[in-house]
Amino acid sequence: MQKILVVDDDPYILMSLEFLMKKAGYEVMIARDGTEALELINNRKPALILLDIMMPDVDGYAICAYVKESPKLKDIKIVFISAKTKEADIEKGIRLGASRYISKPFSTRDVMQQVKELLN
Amino acid sequence: MNKALVVLCSVAYLALLFGIAGWIERRKLSGKSIPGKNMIYPLSLAVYCTGWTYYGSVGHASLHGMQFLSIYLGPLICCALFVPVIQKILRICRTQRINSVADFISTRYGKNFSLGVIVTLCYIFGVIPYIALQLKAISDSFHVITGMPGYARAAFWHDDSFYITILLALFVIVFGTRKVDVLERHEGLVGAIAFESVIKLVAFLIAGGFITYGIFGGFKDLFAKANAAGLQHLFIMDQQASGYSTWMSMILVSMMAVVLLPRQFQVLIVENKQERQLRRAIWLFPLYLFAINIFVMPIAVGGILTFGSNAGADTFVISLPMHYGMSALSLLVYIGGFSAATGMIMVETIALATMVSNHLILPPLLSFRNSSGNKKPLTRTVLMARRGSIIFIFVLAFGYDKLIAPYFSLVSIGLISMAAVTQLAPAMIGGLYWKNASRKGAIFGILTGFIIWFYTLILPSVVNAGLMDKSITQLGPWGIGWLRPQALFGLNDLELLPHSVFWSLFFNVLSYAGVSIYSRLNAQEVYTAEIFTGIFTHTATNERRAIWKGSADMKDVVAMVANFIGQERAENLINAYALRHRILVNQEDADPRMVSFAERILSGVIGSASARFMISSITKEEDIGIDEVLSIVRESQQVLELNKELKKKSIELTRATDLLTTANRQLLEMDGMKDEFLNTVTHELRTPLTSIRALSEILYDNPEMEEEQRVHYLDGIIKETERLTRLITEVLNLERYESGRQKLRLGAVDIASLIQQVIEALKPLAKEQGAALELSMPNAMFIVQCDAEMIYQVLYNLISNALKFVPAANGRVHVILREAYTELQIWVEDNGRGIDPEIHELIFDKFFQARNQTLQKPVGSGLGLAICKRIIEMHEGRIWVESEKGKGARFAFSLPVN
Repeated sequence: MQKILVVDDDPYILMSLEFLMKKAGYEVMIARDGTEALELINNRKPALILLDIMMPDVDGYAICAYVKESPKLKDIKIVFISAKTKEADIEKGIRLGASRYISKPFSTRDVMQQVKELLN
Repeated sequence: MNKALVVLCSVAYLALLFGIAGWIERRKLSGKSIPGKNMIYPLSLAVYCTGWTYYGSVGHASLHGMQFLSIYLGPLICCALFVPVIQKILRICRTQRINSVADFISTRYGKNFSLGVIVTLCYIFGVIPYIALQLKAISDSFHVITGMPGYARAAFWHDDSFYITILLALFVIVFGTRKVDVLERHEGLVGAIAFESVIKLVAFLIAGGFITYGIFGGFKDLFAKANAAGLQHLFIMDQQASGYSTWMSMILVSMMAVVLLPRQFQVLIVENKQERQLRRAIWLFPLYLFAINIFVMPIAVGGILTFGSNAGADTFVISLPMHYGMSALSLLVYIGGFSAATGMIMVETIALATMVSNHLILPPLLSFRNSSGNKKPLTRTVLMARRGSIIFIFVLAFGYDKLIAPYFSLVSIGLISMAAVTQLAPAMIGGLYWKNASRKGAIFGILTGFIIWFYTLILPSVVNAGLMDKSITQLGPWGIGWLRPQALFGLNDLELLPHSVFWSLFFNVLSYAGVSIYSRLNAQEVYTAEIFTGIFTHTATNERRAIWKGSADMKDVVAMVANFIGQERAENLINAYALRHRILVNQEDADPRMVSFAERILSGVIGSASARFMISSITKEEDIGIDEVLSIVRESQQVLELNKELKKKSIELTRATDLLTTANRQLLEMDGMKDEFLNTVTHELRTPLTSIRALSEILYDNPEMEEEQRVHYLDGIIKETERLTRLITEVLNLERYESGRQKLRLGAVDIASLIQQVIEALKPLAKEQGAALELSMPNAMFIVQCDAEMIYQVLYNLISNALKFVPAANGRVHVILREAYTELQIWVEDNGRGIDPEIHELIFDKFFQARNQTLQKPVGSGLGLAICKRIIEMHEGRIWVESEKGKGARFAFSLPVN
């Protein structure tokens, strides 16, 4: 079973995404902030990360950069899910190596669809 | 000693001086530098020490003790205190090409002829005796060393000093009038003078050393013996008042003399090549004076002890070594004294001759030539005039020496001279600093001073010498007692010198100042006054200024200058000037600036008055009115003023620009802040919307979900909706406060009851959090003017925040009402995690927690505290927090009470 990591500091969003991914048949790990996220990335190496950007300690961009620069981890697929919706934000995300950038509020069906595409 | 030997030595020494002067000039021509040239200027100043120093000082010391030092204290004071004055004189003389005191004073007061004449005559009367004194010193020392008695009244062609005089005159003519120098410098002569300064110092020191240590056992021994012989009075200052006044007047006149004596002005000012040469001279010259005076008293005392009396004390410095059989030493001393005397004679004569030729001889000569239409080159004429003056001076000096000098002591002649030149000091110094000093004032001042000098100093000396009837000193002229020359107006406590100095200077300054105040200046005077007094501010503009109106042919101007200094040099100078000031030389009409420049060149040669005359003879001048002069002068002042204004304005401009830049930056910042705010708001709106949408979709897509989970999700939707609503409300609220649309609705509010209302409303939340909610307040009623709704909101915000922050167990929120002087304080304390002091200020910013979420996310937006802050500020209160990490937080706000 493929592992997915969900990172978001809002508890309801975290809860929703966790439910969705579980329902889609993936093993789900959750992280409430960047530190937790990094720990899980290094120890459990997920196949894909649903990544919020605005987080208290380490923001999503930094985590993405970290992952993409690490030889061991750069294959992990990154999907940004963020309320930052400006052109510049999206460009930056893609430039850092993200596979997809989804804006909040998102459609749950859309998220599921995109994840399926990426992992199959 | 053999007379021939002495004569031979004298001539040989003069030849040596010739040689040195010639060698220096040849080296200058070939462009090579002279060894020790930095010492030449300071040493040349020592020409101040003449035969008087050598012989007169010792004589004076033997009679009056330490008083002999006073004429060296004057120069010392000058070097210490009056250097700025000297610098000003230097600058003026260089830029205006002034080569004598007569020229200085004449130029200063409107390029006036008569002043030049008066000053020159004063100098002749005052300084010829001083020159004669040197001749006397030479012959006296000559007679002592050869052991021959003086021929007081023999025919002059038997007199050896006659031949020495001729020799000296020759020397001076050869080295003083070689060419007509535009700046009147005589490098060879000055070099020779520096050399002889060294010689005379060395000779005196050796003699003094010999007498003090060779003949006696050193200073201590000498003075012990002197005390034993009852000579203590020589070592102390005179106790009586008259002694002090003599000291003072001697110091005063010597202070003036070190600048105003013709030879001093020549070496100090005219021969100065660079203003910074002065720096070395200021300490070297006093040092020299000190050194040459060390042995004066020992020699005087030694002489008295050896010879039993102070007769012939003037020549102790030679007679002592001779007495002890040291003929070589006495010859050396003789040469030293000879050197001192001849040095003085040479420089003094040249300086005096310049004045005589420029102000007495040339003017009538030139006007005669002009009217007779003679156009031949004048270089030779000028030189001949100079040489004639030199011979004339020597003749006068020699005559004075033979006829009048025998009746006076050396020192008194010297002091009389110094007192005479002091009469020029007011006009000179006043001219430097007082713009309103006028030509008439100067004339009156100098003449008055001079007349009184003559009356109070020369006349009594002549009477005392037996050449005049005694009645004038005993009874006064025409029997008027209070007009007696030695006790004018009843002032009879003073000795001759101080008395004379006092009255002459008194009336001099009085008439100088008095007449100047009441006289009006003409155009030229205004102009020259402006230049002189403002020389340091105007130096740059001086050259460019053209205070001359008229028309002149350029050819004529060049020809005129060439007439005096030669074609080649004239062309060089004029072309250089034209280049500097971008004037075309080829044009027919001479540029007024060029004419002024030409005049300046000429004044360096023949004095400014004559130069003025010559220039006006070749040009068609228009009368430049005093108004024009004033306006030109004012113009340059205005330019300076404008410059200052310009600078001020530019500084103001810079300041204004800085302010604008700062304001701009602030505006941009605020703009940026606005953007940031909007960004954050939209972000904050999106987040709950995201939750609501996601939760709703999941519920919709998963009808088979468990009941518990469904309820949880629905609850989430409700809560997030509420959060969204709250957020929107707060944003709108804050907007209202920020834009100032929110108005205060003041009323008399019972604070205590308001707080209790809030607490009641929050009891459910407290229970939910499991926290205790307490209230403490004093037992009094507090009515405050405020907006009850707003304060309610603040209280609600703070207390609900506190409730959310408390730990899960033993959470405690304590509300305290405190009275403090002029305000009421409400404190909300919790025992939660505490807040890092670094962000105490920041947490009251809008959306702080959104930007920097170091706080755990409470259920609320970040706007609460910002709104509280606005509300409290509107009430003119303060809101703040005290806290440390881990130690809970104490929020507080204050409301002013009247």
